[in-house]
Amino acid sequence: MTYTRSKIVDLIDGNIDAETHHQMLSTPKDPERFGLYLEILQERMKWDDRIVLPLAPKLYIVQLKVSKQWKIRCECGHDFCDWRENWKLHAHIHVRDSQQKMEEIYPRLMAPTATWQTIREYFCPECASLHDVEAPTPWYPVIRDFEPDIDTFYKEWLGLEVPERVDA
Amino acid sequence: MDTNTQSTFSAAMRPGIVRGGERLKEHRDRLMAATKKTGHYAGLKTLELRESEPILYNKLFSRLRAGVVDARETAKKIAASPIVEQEGELCFTLYNAAGDSILTSTGIIIHVGTMGAAIKYMIENEWETNPGVAEGDIFCNNDCLIGNVHPCDIHTIVPIFVHGELIGWVGGVTHVIDTGAVGPGSMCTGQVQRFGDGYQITCRKVGANDTLFRDWLHESQRMVRTTRYWILDERTRIAGCHMIRKLVEEVVAEEGIEAYWKFAYEAVEHGRIGLQARIRAMTIPGKYRQVGFVDVPYAHEDVRVPSDFAKLDTIMHAPSEITIRSDATWRLDFEGSSRWGWHTYNAHQVSFTSGIWVMMTQTLIPSEMINDGAAYGTEFRLPKGTWMNPDDRRVAFAYSWHFLVSAWTPLWRGLSRSYFGRGYLEEVNAGNANTSNWLQGGGFNQYDEIHAVNSFECAANGVGATAVNDGLSHAAAIWNPEGDMGDMEIWELAEPLLYLGRQIKASSGGSGKYRGGCGFESLRMVWNAKDWTMFFMGNGHISSDWGLMGGYPAASGYRFAAHQTNLKALIAEGKPIPLGGDTDPENPTWDAMLPGATIKRDKQAITTEEMFSDYDLYLNYMRGGPGFGDPLDRDPARVAEDLDGGYLIERFAEPVYGVVLVKRADGTHGVDEAATVARRLAIRKERLAKSVPTKEWMKGERERILAKDAGSQVRQMYASSFALGPRFHAEFRAFWTLPESWTLPEDEIGVPTYGSKYHMDLSELPDVKLVQFVEE
Repeated sequence: MTYTRSKIVDLIDGNIDAETHHQMLSTPKDPERFGLYLEILQERMKWDDRIVLPLAPKLYIVQLKVSKQWKIRCECGHDFCDWRENWKLHAHIHVRDSQQKMEEIYPRLMAPTATWQTIREYFCPECASLHDVEAPTPWYPVIRDFEPDIDTFYKEWLGLEVPERVDA
Repeated sequence: MDTNTQSTFSAAMRPGIVRGGERLKEHRDRLMAATKKTGHYAGLKTLELRESEPILYNKLFSRLRAGVVDARETAKKIAASPIVEQEGELCFTLYNAAGDSILTSTGIIIHVGTMGAAIKYMIENEWETNPGVAEGDIFCNNDCLIGNVHPCDIHTIVPIFVHGELIGWVGGVTHVIDTGAVGPGSMCTGQVQRFGDGYQITCRKVGANDTLFRDWLHESQRMVRTTRYWILDERTRIAGCHMIRKLVEEVVAEEGIEAYWKFAYEAVEHGRIGLQARIRAMTIPGKYRQVGFVDVPYAHEDVRVPSDFAKLDTIMHAPSEITIRSDATWRLDFEGSSRWGWHTYNAHQVSFTSGIWVMMTQTLIPSEMINDGAAYGTEFRLPKGTWMNPDDRRVAFAYSWHFLVSAWTPLWRGLSRSYFGRGYLEEVNAGNANTSNWLQGGGFNQYDEIHAVNSFECAANGVGATAVNDGLSHAAAIWNPEGDMGDMEIWELAEPLLYLGRQIKASSGGSGKYRGGCGFESLRMVWNAKDWTMFFMGNGHISSDWGLMGGYPAASGYRFAAHQTNLKALIAEGKPIPLGGDTDPENPTWDAMLPGATIKRDKQAITTEEMFSDYDLYLNYMRGGPGFGDPLDRDPARVAEDLDGGYLIERFAEPVYGVVLVKRADGTHGVDEAATVARRLAIRKERLAKSVPTKEWMKGERERILAKDAGSQVRQMYASSFALGPRFHAEFRAFWTLPESWTLPEDEIGVPTYGSKYHMDLSELPDVKLVQFVEE
């Protein structure tokens, strides 16, 4: 099954119609989706460095146009770090570690108990977009949630050329 | 391997009962050796039947699959228990002679693995010799130490013979309402060991010639509180098994034994290959890390357990690492998980791994071909001694689901990073609800009979948000893809509890660009009960399912119960009484209507049996699902709809979503666009003002760790995970750059440590051979 570009646009924007959505869920995947997806996202960026892999709605691994280094970048253009690092260590964090901070966003009694669980919000230091929320116990190490094997993914799984990469 | 076995023995000389004359154990050993040697199930490098006669292969699959689904739908009408009849808490699975599942019905499909584990236990422990396996036999099992999820899931297992030779097995399972544990209800909390966990049966032969033994009928009925449900559930299971056995006999008669026999093994290899193909088609190779937690708040006075050593607060911990390799095989490693405990939330390795397939059928392998192939295609590592692979035969399992669901769903979050990266946004899921509360209890009901209840309303919790839409509200439970909240009228027939309200639980779904689905709440009034008890069972201090990519966790749980309510008089006088929902527990409206009542309104969401009288109240709050994406990116119009629909408490619209609402003349809400833009900009500034660079924050957190500044439940969790997970321990120390002098032994915390040093596994009992399913 393949989908038109406009259907993928609708999907990205959360406007996908129910029938197509069901079809996407219930039929074999369309391998060309990745290329189309990147193309649509790339056109929406205000920068022209190449998107290598989307990590979250406003977070990407990108290839810098000139140096060919790969970075983890916010949609606003802020580069967190080299793609091999944990971007959260280069973000700004706000930790909800008291009942008062918890009850700013949950009703009393429906909020976690801060001595059992904290809520850690990771923001872009420039535009303050919230890229991830962790909810572990106190003391928990910052989690490196994803280490993609991009070379294998591009080359062996999709038959695509791996974007040039110069390691810093 | 040659699965096309031909008999080399005369009927009288056959050493074993399996087709061709093999003994059961010999047959299974040969299959497993071939699997190990070749990497293909049963050594099947080619699928001969599927390749040479694809239409016949698919015909066999379709007919058998339709038959097991039909058996489930027909059999469930025999049951009286609303858990089975309303909620569909049953499942039938067809196995090959070696005990590997070929295909399964809909329903509680976690038991694809658990019933298979029971068959494998019988094979491994020579049931063939004693007590013998013959045509017409009926076996019953619910033993959690050999793979069952919890004692209330009762298995009926029937061997299938054709021309006097065993060609397979069929298993049926129902979730019964009571198993005669310390407390009433199928998933009770009062016991801390197996010896109070309910009646447990180990693959016992309970019938022959299709007839149940009288000693079994007499014994089993008196071992549980809800005898009538027990008997009818058993008839349900036997009827389904016999329908499927008959179907297999007909298929063999029409299509030939050779075709059926090949199909019974090729289908498993087909399932294994299918998983690998889906991994390649949907994911990205690499490593994914995630974690889940749930609270076990046992220090509280309303948790009445028999043993001092169980009276402590603990946290269950399940970190996981998924490795997807370049050949699209994968490994799931739960290094760092915490130890089993003196409560009923432990899990066997089989239920832990088999349940993962229930979840994967909703995402990675949404096919009708659910069988053991996926299990053979996955490497699991569950360290011995952890809560999901206990090393002590005393452990209890009655509510293993307390953490099973929240230990699995992080895997879905991990896979969702893959789906998101590839653009398969339709598959992204932020997680699921911690499926609770469980309203349970018992006593004498409105029919003056000894009774137990377990309201399965929470088969309809909120669902996690996706990358394209909000999560479904009050809709599903991860353990039963066909979950349903059930009709109030049916629950009122089954329980001496009237409904005073049932409504959406506002703000229970996690916030986000797309919010988690909300749960719902039911207010129940005790009516016409005698000597009645109830208790609460769910998460409270911890919201176990995180959000994804900027989405927040769902709300956590709490309890509300009221005693000495004086409602009888209030009703007679026509005064206001609590109705509907506890809409905003921070600003409760019910409590003032009940002057003089004893009200329990707090975070203690797990309790043990508490006495209730007529006119007492109990709030059954079903949890919501987590959210996806930054809440500031939510369409403001949706926030207004949430408020009007009862999904959001009004005062959170602005601080959480940055949306300024205006009330229209008709009482609904609209968005003040300009004010919303300004508020969102202001929130971004506030975010930057109150946040600090992560590495700065880490310095302070490190100081707290050095000072061991955390509650005992947090320290106990780390100490137990460090003891069982040396790699987790090393990584923790490295991350925080802790000096060698910093240690965290469990016995310095000042809480009971029974079970941390001395334990004895089931395998140490005489004549017991356990089947190994995972790397430990």
